[in-house]
Amino acid sequence: MSAGADSTVPAAAGGGPMKRRVAVTGLGAVTPLGVGAAPLYERWAAGECGILDGAGACTEFEPSELLSVKEVRRLDRFSQLALVAAAEAIGDAGWEAELPYDPFRAGCILATGIGGIQTVEAQLDVQRERGAERMSPLGIPAQMPNAAAAAISMKYGLKGQAFSVTSACSSGAHAIGCALRMIQYGDADAVVVGGSEATLTTFGFGSFNAMQALSPSGISRPFDARRDGFVMGEGAAVLVLEEASAAEARGATVLGEVAGYGSTSDAYHLTAPEPSGEAAMRAIALAMADAGIGPDEIDYINAHGTSTQLNDAAETAAIKRALGEERAHKIPVSSLKSATGHLLGAAGAAEAVATVKTLVTRIIPPTLGYEVPDPECDLDYVPGEARPLVLSNGRPATAISNSFAFGGHNVALVIRGPRP
Amino acid sequence: MATVTAEQVEARVVETLASFGPDADQITRDSTFEELDIDSLDLVELAQVVEDDYGVVLKGEDMKELKTVGDAIDLIVSRAE
Repeated sequence: MSAGADSTVPAAAGGGPMKRRVAVTGLGAVTPLGVGAAPLYERWAAGECGILDGAGACTEFEPSELLSVKEVRRLDRFSQLALVAAAEAIGDAGWEAELPYDPFRAGCILATGIGGIQTVEAQLDVQRERGAERMSPLGIPAQMPNAAAAAISMKYGLKGQAFSVTSACSSGAHAIGCALRMIQYGDADAVVVGGSEATLTTFGFGSFNAMQALSPSGISRPFDARRDGFVMGEGAAVLVLEEASAAEARGATVLGEVAGYGSTSDAYHLTAPEPSGEAAMRAIALAMADAGIGPDEIDYINAHGTSTQLNDAAETAAIKRALGEERAHKIPVSSLKSATGHLLGAAGAAEAVATVKTLVTRIIPPTLGYEVPDPECDLDYVPGEARPLVLSNGRPATAISNSFAFGGHNVALVIRGPRP
Repeated sequence: MATVTAEQVEARVVETLASFGPDADQITRDSTFEELDIDSLDLVELAQVVEDDYGVVLKGEDMKELKTVGDAIDLIVSRAE
């Protein structure tokens, strides 16, 4: 751990030179692989794919079985997914009976790329068919991008900072970065953080199809030469983060640590990544510097890996530039999107949850469907099946999780597994 | 409009409120909106239903005075006459 030597990060609140460490104590997810963080990771590691007919839908998610009548009525699907994922994470952290922190020291950041689009569509129908005066008073509170953060904050009495962040496909990772900083700097002692997205509608498919971003084959095969676009998915994922010494003092089971965060922007194109990967490389380098580690301490990379031609090539270039060509070739890289499709604003959070699970179990899930190499994508993408994560010494397993977005927003997180 | 009975209005109000969350058998004339966890947003939705069904327009200042389900039923019946 860096002793505050990194000049890019100010000293922690309270004047101490040390950044406060941030532990992961709870995980939750609702994804195309099922309801729960365990099915997300275990099914992916077993090589199961949650994509059906060209979409990653949460087919096992039944809101009325998991939420009250009032919650179902008042929340857009993106908030419903988030609330169920948050409930699992909060239970996993052992917070169900009682919040173990001063409520004003506990926050919530719940990211979304789009927000409550299903509510917008439904209310637009009402407006056109029955007139503007018949639109629902619940329309705005359901569609607002901060609706999920508000719902979680209210349900669990989190009275610290609560808000949403939005950066398209990097939203979930940006949220985790913000939560990390809030705790590192002493603005909060705990943050419930994640991302959610529910855009599998005619309007959503139409809009992404118009950009020619979606895979015509309906197959998500990141880094494979045959990749032809991303497969849209939906879902939510949530992590409970706590200041590490407080988590340890209350006897929490520490699943890992969010150790570093770096973020940059391409300033290049609205949707295409800058092909050299320079800004993405800098995000990775900043995250490693924030964690106080170098390329030799990275054991695994959870790639953004969308299955688009441009992303997967640019991401490969960025990884090689950030870690060095030689080291990059030795690190296993795999993409969750091969099993779920692209969860957009939830992707970074779902991938962080899967990465924590990978570091806890030390089993690296594969990039499903990867068979035909592309000269532009020449790293080890963990083809075929899961494999053990090999540690070179006694330190905790450490990974990078990448997220890159329309708008050119790049985020890298450094995540550590539990201490051996 | 045909004459609206208090029984008809009560049945419609209870059905509508039940769709907002509380169990129908929990809703009586004496139930307060507070104990049913019915808030101002719910009451705006109730007002839309009432306007559609009975042509009665309830504004924000009308709703503010309502404490119980019976208050709402009485107001709607009186306006519908």
